[in-house]
Amino acid sequence: MELVFALCVGVTTSCGVYLCLRGTTFTVVIGITLLSYAVNLFLFASGRLHLNAAPILGISQHIADPLPQALVLTAIVIGFGMTAFLVVLAMRTHADWGSDHVDGKPKAIEEVIQQENRQP
Amino acid sequence: MNHLPILPILLPSLTGTLMLLPPLSKSLKARRWITCTVLIMLMVIVAVLFLSAHRQTITYALGGWQPPFGIVLVVDRFSALLLAVTAILAFCAGIYSADQEDRQSSLFHPLLLFQVMGINGAFLTGDLFNLFVFFEMLLIASYALLIHGGGSEKTKAGFHYVTLNLIGSALFLVALGTLYGTMGTLNMADMSAKVGFLLPEDQVLAKTGGLLLLLVFSLKSALLPLHFWLPKTYAAASASVVALFAVMTKVGVYSICRVFGGIFGSNAGALANIATPWIWPLAIATVALGSIGIFAATSLRLLTANMVIVSVGTLLITFVIEGGQSLLFGFYYLLHSTVVTGALFLIADQIGKQRGAAMDRFVTARPVTRATLLGGVFLIASIAAVGLPPLSGFIGKVLILHSASRFAEQVWVWPALLASSLMAMIAFSRAGSRFFWNVSAQKPVSGPKMRFAQIAAIFILLSTVALMTVFADAILAYSQGAVGDLRQNATIIERHHETDRGHVHGVQES
Repeated sequence: MELVFALCVGVTTSCGVYLCLRGTTFTVVIGITLLSYAVNLFLFASGRLHLNAAPILGISQHIADPLPQALVLTAIVIGFGMTAFLVVLAMRTHADWGSDHVDGKPKAIEEVIQQENRQP
Repeated sequence: MNHLPILPILLPSLTGTLMLLPPLSKSLKARRWITCTVLIMLMVIVAVLFLSAHRQTITYALGGWQPPFGIVLVVDRFSALLLAVTAILAFCAGIYSADQEDRQSSLFHPLLLFQVMGINGAFLTGDLFNLFVFFEMLLIASYALLIHGGGSEKTKAGFHYVTLNLIGSALFLVALGTLYGTMGTLNMADMSAKVGFLLPEDQVLAKTGGLLLLLVFSLKSALLPLHFWLPKTYAAASASVVALFAVMTKVGVYSICRVFGGIFGSNAGALANIATPWIWPLAIATVALGSIGIFAATSLRLLTANMVIVSVGTLLITFVIEGGQSLLFGFYYLLHSTVVTGALFLIADQIGKQRGAAMDRFVTARPVTRATLLGGVFLIASIAAVGLPPLSGFIGKVLILHSASRFAEQVWVWPALLASSLMAMIAFSRAGSRFFWNVSAQKPVSGPKMRFAQIAAIFILLSTVALMTVFADAILAYSQGAVGDLRQNATIIERHHETDRGHVHGVQES
């Protein structure tokens, strides 16, 4: 179980990092979402992985640490709000600059390249 | 139980929420006055906390849940110092925004208060996860404040800023997970008590978590490889917002001091001072690169933003000099630099408004209308910022230079600080002569008037600098106590248990 869990966190993180390094806001938003999923899973695992364990005393034989679960819950809520804000901001950037490139206007760059190609 | 420590968080949050609702959201005047009142009340509360923290560190258990399981707020002298500077800066930003930013939307005042709440919370909390939560609070308010007023430059800078900080938050959570996994607690005082007794195999993990925290806080405080977001962001935001942002990088510096001076401090056994070998080169390089940025800046705002970077580097140098013995001079310099950069951002806005299209860029343009007044405040602020006598910047810098007594440290610290001061002096004198002497023959712009509240905000900040010069001795004594509080926060829990037990006994007896 630990291996599968670790692989899940690792693969999600690497996908998130890859997507964050892309040039369009949409992929960056998706990348950050994946990153926050991976982080939430990681945080959950910091209380160790248990099977058949309740975070409440007296319900099961083994007891899971309730604190990481509370931390994850907080982190999910915060991450959700932040992602929503980022989506709105990405749409605003798109409206302001007419493209969803993270640096604003790749159109201008394309035009410059086209002009340079035309000149010779 | 004394409920004063929670008020710097509760008061802005409640009034901010109330202002979102109809009777207040309709009336600009009411919002303005209420914000002003709340910020003045905040200053009074912080003053009381400041004085009582001098007698004894106050801990406040939220909901009565005892540490280390419950969340505590801790007011020691270090947090009180930063609360004080935040309160002053927030008040000046608040009155400066009158008739300027606050006309743009009804959300400005609530956002300002939410940001103040987040900053206060970050300074007050004694729990690392709670620090994360307050970081997010101050960040989400700062995202909205940054793009407040709109404009394509703002949205672009905003997108970069938000993305960077979200990735920073993800790393913060990873670090917290690692630290919780090894230590089983996130209460700062409890962590500093436990870090010395970690098993050798856990030490590596705890070190990884600690250094990840350093990475996150370096991003927030704009330490060298992670400072690229700052100049653009600060140049894009509007004036009163960016004046409040002057304290935001200090939140990062504060957290570095808390975590690496308190938890991973000299009592941490095998993990003592894990950040020192990283901070040394990075802090000096930050000062160097910030100074180059000062030289390269094309406007007064960019110049001040680079001054912020230099001040962060200087502060972190004091964190590592002499194994942290000179940190008290760093605290003094921290107060000074925060207030001065805040004032400079406001002055840059005043100058920019009077020069028409040239704004605050260093180009020859029409003269400003009230050159004597603006030139005077600019002169005072730049003397303080550069560190020329007689103002507090000079005192701070001399003390820092003096504290680097060993030759190996002098070789690095002296050239970096002295050269950065020289470069700042050249840059500021060039800026001043451009703005006030080397002007074109056009008539001054007649439109924008200088409002009383805005001049008052600048004067309050500058007189704070003057007061800090006069009362340097008292502030240094207080900072000395703050360093002491920072180093021994492991005793907080014990003390809290003791007072609490005493309290319970008292109840039973009566």
